[in-house]
Amino acid sequence: MNQETISIRVNGEPRRVRAGISVADLARELGLDVAKIAVERNREIAPRSALAGIAVEEGDEYEIVTFVGGG
Amino acid sequence: MDDQWTVAGRTFTSRLIVGTGKYKSFEENAAAVEASGAEIVTVAVRRVNVSDPGQPLLTDYIDPKRYSYLPNTAGCYTAEEAVRTLRLAREAGGWDLVKLEVLGEAKTLYPDMRETLKATEILARDGFKPMVYCVDDPIAAKQLEEAGAVAVMPLGAPIGSGLGIQNRVTVRLIVEGAKVPVIVDAGVGTASDAAIAMELGCDGVLMNTAIAEAKNPVMMARAMKAAVEAGRLAYLAGRMGKRRYADPSSPLAGLI
Repeated sequence: MNQETISIRVNGEPRRVRAGISVADLARELGLDVAKIAVERNREIAPRSALAGIAVEEGDEYEIVTFVGGG
Repeated sequence: MDDQWTVAGRTFTSRLIVGTGKYKSFEENAAAVEASGAEIVTVAVRRVNVSDPGQPLLTDYIDPKRYSYLPNTAGCYTAEEAVRTLRLAREAGGWDLVKLEVLGEAKTLYPDMRETLKATEILARDGFKPMVYCVDDPIAAKQLEEAGAVAVMPLGAPIGSGLGIQNRVTVRLIVEGAKVPVIVDAGVGTASDAAIAMELGCDGVLMNTAIAEAKNPVMMARAMKAAVEAGRLAYLAGRMGKRRYADPSSPLAGLI
């Protein structure tokens, strides 16, 4: 198993993840239900339908959001 | 009585739109929304809690299949931030009907109309249907409409202030000039404020704090539902003219 890790940022926080995972894998590892979130990768929307096909790369910056109460 | 209203081709029966912020619990929030009869609820878009992903979510309590979620841009101070937020909201929920608010300063939460207008144009070009929080200025409302706003939503008073409709003249002027729905957004404190907005001819009222910060939010939600309906009926019924002096209701003839 490949133990090499890469450095990314998720919601402003630095994080190390295994090299070679997809954005869908990342969301799963974070314990998130992809049906309830939206992902922005390096300031571009990463469409939900494509998350499994997008590779997480060194230096990526992710914003992962959901709906909360608001007025 | 058949009295529905339509925004961006979508038809609703309830003219009360409620927020989902500031509640003590999701349960209380859900009960208040139910009691309000609202069909549209506003929601905010925020970063997920990566450190504790197991926490309950708003969507677990207020079903997005039952209520139309209206994602907002609360907390955004530039057109760019607002557009970015709504693109994420569209991806998260798939909805193009959105509430745009671009704030000018934290103290008053007054809208920055230059940025609001800019964001409205970008969103309309990008296929969104923006309902736009704005100043109570009939010219600004017209400009927003021209820019692609599907509803204009003037403030009655500052967000969260509960001060009521401060300028009935400008709200009425906006109603008279608008070809899109006019929703009073912000400033309602109690039921009579909501009724006043509706009596002015507004198509609806949007509120959050007035219900969430009431001592009994669920009861206040019922009161707001009744007030919006009463105000709407009074507007449609057409109020009596005002007189400077008294006019007896009992006949003068036949007095003993």
